[in-house]
Amino acid sequence: MGRSFFRRRKSCPFSGPNAQVIDYKDVKLLGRFLSERGKIVPSRITAVSNKKQRELARAIKRARFLGLIPYVIK
Amino acid sequence: MAFYESVFIARQDIAAPQVETLTDTFSKIIENEGGAVKKTEYWGLRSLAYRIKKNRKGHYVLMNLDTPASAVVEMERQMRINEDVLRYMTVRVEELEEESSVIMRHRNNDDRPRRGFKDDGEDDGTKDLEKPAAEAEESSEADASSADSEKGES
Repeated sequence: MGRSFFRRRKSCPFSGPNAQVIDYKDVKLLGRFLSERGKIVPSRITAVSNKKQRELARAIKRARFLGLIPYVIK
Repeated sequence: MAFYESVFIARQDIAAPQVETLTDTFSKIIENEGGAVKKTEYWGLRSLAYRIKKNRKGHYVLMNLDTPASAVVEMERQMRINEDVLRYMTVRVEELEEESSVIMRHRNNDDRPRRGFKDDGEDDGTKDLEKPAAEAEESSEADASSADSEKGES
């Protein structure tokens, strides 16, 4: 019963028609998928699909490399 | 010939015209090897998220390339040698963006709204991108809440 209490279906923000495109240059978009410390938020919280989560992680890592977003926020 | 997006960061101490000459030299390398530079974008002096080689800021330049791989290899070699370049990254892409990239769009929206820069095409593009996304979010929220209520009843 505890399980059914918290279950919440949310669709992937990058799938389906008129979905956003994942781009390492889009700092604002990537920021939504980072924790306060700058860690990548797991897909079970953000409901991003597996495939898109991998794509997103790649984009975030590219943005970090270019100094657009920090590796850690202290 | 393949499509690439190349971004490099130049040292903060050099002036904007110098960044331009730097960009020109890299473009020339590409052209000499039989490639084409489809677009260059100067993002200006941006602050870096962390220090890179003791620099807190850097000049960002984006180049969209349609070029053979050998040209990219040569350009990256020159970037490695050049001390004004803090960092570079070249990424292979399926398609090159025609309009200005997200970073430029944000800047245009923030600082000076609607200044016939790349007019119609770009403005429409941004609207199309932003509006349906917001709607989609709303609808997904609605779905989620309805699912919640169903679960609650059961």
